[in-house]
Amino acid sequence: MSPKTIYDKIWDAHVAHEADDGTCLLYIDRHLVHEVTSPQAFEGLRMTGRSVRAPDKTIAVPDHNVPTTLDRANAATMTEDSRIQVEALDKNAKDFGIHYYPVSDVRQGIVHIVGPEQGWTLPGMTVVCGDSHTATHGAFGALAHGIGTSEVEHVLATQTLIQKKSKNMKVEITGKLKPGVTAKDITLAVIGETGTAGGTGYVIEYCGEAIRDLSMEGRMTVCNMAIEGGARAGLIAPDETTYEYVKGRPHAPKGAQWEAALAWWKTLFTDEGAHFDKVITLRGEDIQPVVTWGTSPEDVLPITATVPSPEDFEGGKVEAARRSIEYMGLKPGQKLTDIEIDTVFIGSCTNGRIEDLRAAAEILKGKKIKEGMRAMIVPGSGLVRAQAEEEGLADIFKEAGFEWRLAGCSMCLAMNPDQLAEEERCASTSNRNFEGRQGYKGRTHLVSPGMAAAAAITGKLTDVREMM
Amino acid sequence: MEKFDKITGIAAPMPLVNIDTDMIIPKVFLKTIKRSGLGVNLFDEMRFDRQGNEIEDFVLNKPQYRETEILVAGDNFGCGSSREHAPWAIKDFGIKCVISTSFADIFFNNCFKNGILPIVLPKDQVDVLMQDAEKGANARVTVDLEAQTVTTSDGESFSFEVDTFKKHCLMNGLDDIGLTMEKAASIDTYEEQAAQSRPWV
Repeated sequence: MSPKTIYDKIWDAHVAHEADDGTCLLYIDRHLVHEVTSPQAFEGLRMTGRSVRAPDKTIAVPDHNVPTTLDRANAATMTEDSRIQVEALDKNAKDFGIHYYPVSDVRQGIVHIVGPEQGWTLPGMTVVCGDSHTATHGAFGALAHGIGTSEVEHVLATQTLIQKKSKNMKVEITGKLKPGVTAKDITLAVIGETGTAGGTGYVIEYCGEAIRDLSMEGRMTVCNMAIEGGARAGLIAPDETTYEYVKGRPHAPKGAQWEAALAWWKTLFTDEGAHFDKVITLRGEDIQPVVTWGTSPEDVLPITATVPSPEDFEGGKVEAARRSIEYMGLKPGQKLTDIEIDTVFIGSCTNGRIEDLRAAAEILKGKKIKEGMRAMIVPGSGLVRAQAEEEGLADIFKEAGFEWRLAGCSMCLAMNPDQLAEEERCASTSNRNFEGRQGYKGRTHLVSPGMAAAAAITGKLTDVREMM
Repeated sequence: MEKFDKITGIAAPMPLVNIDTDMIIPKVFLKTIKRSGLGVNLFDEMRFDRQGNEIEDFVLNKPQYRETEILVAGDNFGCGSSREHAPWAIKDFGIKCVISTSFADIFFNNCFKNGILPIVLPKDQVDVLMQDAEKGANARVTVDLEAQTVTTSDGESFSFEVDTFKKHCLMNGLDDIGLTMEKAASIDTYEEQAAQSRPWV
């Protein structure tokens, strides 16, 4: 038998039908659903008289629209259109009998944080959601990717997706990371290397010592942004760190089933000599704390660098860089550490887990944020919030001057009231720095949680290593 | 789904690279529970100022491009979020075909589900089409899905590749779900086998 990659193995285990031209029906083990990309899909089912084929494998949670302020139980905190979407999800979950974590449930949170937390996401599974950051679940050695609403309807009705296989790409991070360098810096550095289209048509396997050394939280951060590099999915072979995280979670297998599952999971690695269509290697030692300067996640530089000039680029990127620099209100040659910021956002499916909050707390302990700074921490789930309170992190945040919020997507995509004002500048632990992403004409610099915390204290983009 | 066969129409140039789905349809318009009516908000933040007035310089606001049916765009069009609101808005505006050197994966798939044909061509050919599109309303481009060709207003023709199954669905306006349900027996069999081999799922 020819050697296979982990992607090949998971793919082969999920083909329910293959046509002569290689078009496959890929069976889906877990379908995660949220309020923004699903209403039209459920409506489609109703109009055609179809039902949800596997409600027990379908899990819904509202996250994109929900307010994160402490008064959110009051319906008046939501705009009417947001409320209609959340109510539609309430009704669809009930009518179609799918698993549901409503806003009032302590387990509610960002769909990509809730899935792993509750043990819905397991190694070797196929996981989809109408959200591009579904790539997050690849951290478990699952094949996980975002889909559009038509495909959401297709999966609801048939529990399969029409797919053709992607190509294999290996991203290896060798050696050890230096202090102050995190999973966020790895994933941004990779995108800086490949560009936002470098992964198009590929599924990435992240490997190497620096990846192995990461916790599950860190691995989720890395895989989360695979989509920002254009890849369909990113994954990491499961190991003891994975099993340790999964064991005992509410929907993880137990007893004899656990043993059977574990035996199969241990076969999920890339065989010696398996073929990759593209290989990227970065040295862990070379990665520095990074920050984005522009309006594409590929616009990434070490914090010690200066704002580039459009002439530093080639082709269509010259005009794009000129547009980005103007939009961001920057000057070529300006030191990144001289950029003053107004807002700090710590949260999102990229960096809203407990480890991210611990990293921020380490920098913020005993410190105050700069006067006039707007700073908020939005935990990724109600359970992350509870744990942070138990560990005393919430007190550190509040004493430093941060707002301590309830769980949701919040200012990552600013569909709820958490938005930037025009030309307001934000150091954000989220995943996209697109024009208008965090608010009309708002300016986003993507950073790690430690870097965001450091910026909140100094009022400028700051090298976190100087505060450790 | 509406069938796609052959169109001859106005092509608009959008040479900017990395046009993302937040640009195509900003999140404020995702709060709908319908698929229709998003065309008026297509490229909203590039097309209108804060007061809702048209920005004159934006290509689709220029008189010669108001009836655009084909978009010629820079690399990596449609990157970012999975929101199908992006192709819904494009289709609702009246655009039926987007041509670029590359597309983001999810956006590319979403187009086919909505009767939009995304065409990938090499850079030199996209450059020729971009120049042709800059001529404005009198320069009509023809896209023939059956023949898999794009023809400029000067008669220069380029061939493009398209997945056979996707072409078939687009040309016949077929509903994917209906087609998959014809294979329900295969899914049943798969589920029975998986229940044995991976019972914890």
